[in-house]
Amino acid sequence: MEIPYTVKPRPDTGLYNAKLGIWLFLASEVMLFGALFSSYILLRVNAEEGTWPHHWLNIWLGMTNTFVLIFSSVTVVLGWASLKMGQFKRYKFYQGITLLCALVFLCIKSVEYRDKFMHYEVHLKDGRIADGHLQPAETTDKTLVLEGRFVTNHAELMEGSLHHGGEPKIEIPKDEIVSMENYGPWHNTYTAIYFTLTGLHALHVIGGAIVIFAIWGPLAKMWEQDPGRYTNRVEVSGLFWHFVDLVWIFLFPVLYLL
Amino acid sequence: MSDMHPPSAAAPDIHSVADARKHIRTYLIVGVALMCGTVMTVWASLIDFHSREMNIALALLIASTKGFLVAGFFMHLISEKKMIYAILSFTVFFFLALMYLTLLSMAPGNVVQIR
Repeated sequence: MEIPYTVKPRPDTGLYNAKLGIWLFLASEVMLFGALFSSYILLRVNAEEGTWPHHWLNIWLGMTNTFVLIFSSVTVVLGWASLKMGQFKRYKFYQGITLLCALVFLCIKSVEYRDKFMHYEVHLKDGRIADGHLQPAETTDKTLVLEGRFVTNHAELMEGSLHHGGEPKIEIPKDEIVSMENYGPWHNTYTAIYFTLTGLHALHVIGGAIVIFAIWGPLAKMWEQDPGRYTNRVEVSGLFWHFVDLVWIFLFPVLYLL
Repeated sequence: MSDMHPPSAAAPDIHSVADARKHIRTYLIVGVALMCGTVMTVWASLIDFHSREMNIALALLIASTKGFLVAGFFMHLISEKKMIYAILSFTVFFFLALMYLTLLSMAPGNVVQIR
């Protein structure tokens, strides 16, 4: 049985079915991310004075990832326009770049996540707090080695821009440690909402890249049999990809800059 | 797999190669504008306005402009069918209601204190 309206628009909606479907899906996605942004606002506004972190994330990595996603949005739309002009090889080239961009984005995100999981806040018996990145190669059974600093007040940890990079190595005897915790999602409300928002976004990047790859590679023979339907598939996957870019455009300033 | 193929029949917004070239030029301009907007966002966040609210407002203004460019040109919302506008009008309504309820819940008298 042939699926109707995969190429020609339905007379009542003026759209082919997949396009109507993706827009309904994107509408639900807006509400999903909207709910998480709403959670972010509530957590941020209700945080006690001096307890909300600033500049804990590397702005330049976030900015690079923003450029990568914008560039990939351009290549997606150029790929679709190439198909409209009947230039299949050009489409393959542009979507290949899109897939590379997705990979670069995820690699940079992994570097950022690793940085947070290696970053520790260590409370000592004398009341001081050691804050820095774990050096696993130099850490022994008796001594913990961090690249970081000591602070006496927890509030000093909230401003991240003052101590990015080039910090000395500090050795801490393990019997002096009261508690220690890395900057994972469990660390505080900021890291919780940061990992939730960016993790969900990264899952969307992975999902979008898988669909774009499937259309670009294994399903590409449809171009020979039904070019109109193939072009529409590319358009629909592209709409999802632009939405992923759109979400990041708001995530970047909210999480990295403010 | 052949490279050249007649353009799809379901292409109401791109009718000819010349038309497509015009669209491609628009996409490239929008892409450059988005990259400039990103630089502006970072630059604006580094300015000390003596008010964090001002930094937040400016960052969200630039982000909204960039969002409009992506949705309007890359997702073709500036020239879409009425059905899509109808779907999105519901989305906008419920999204705004969500944000309104968020703000409403935060403090007595609806005063939002950004700390």
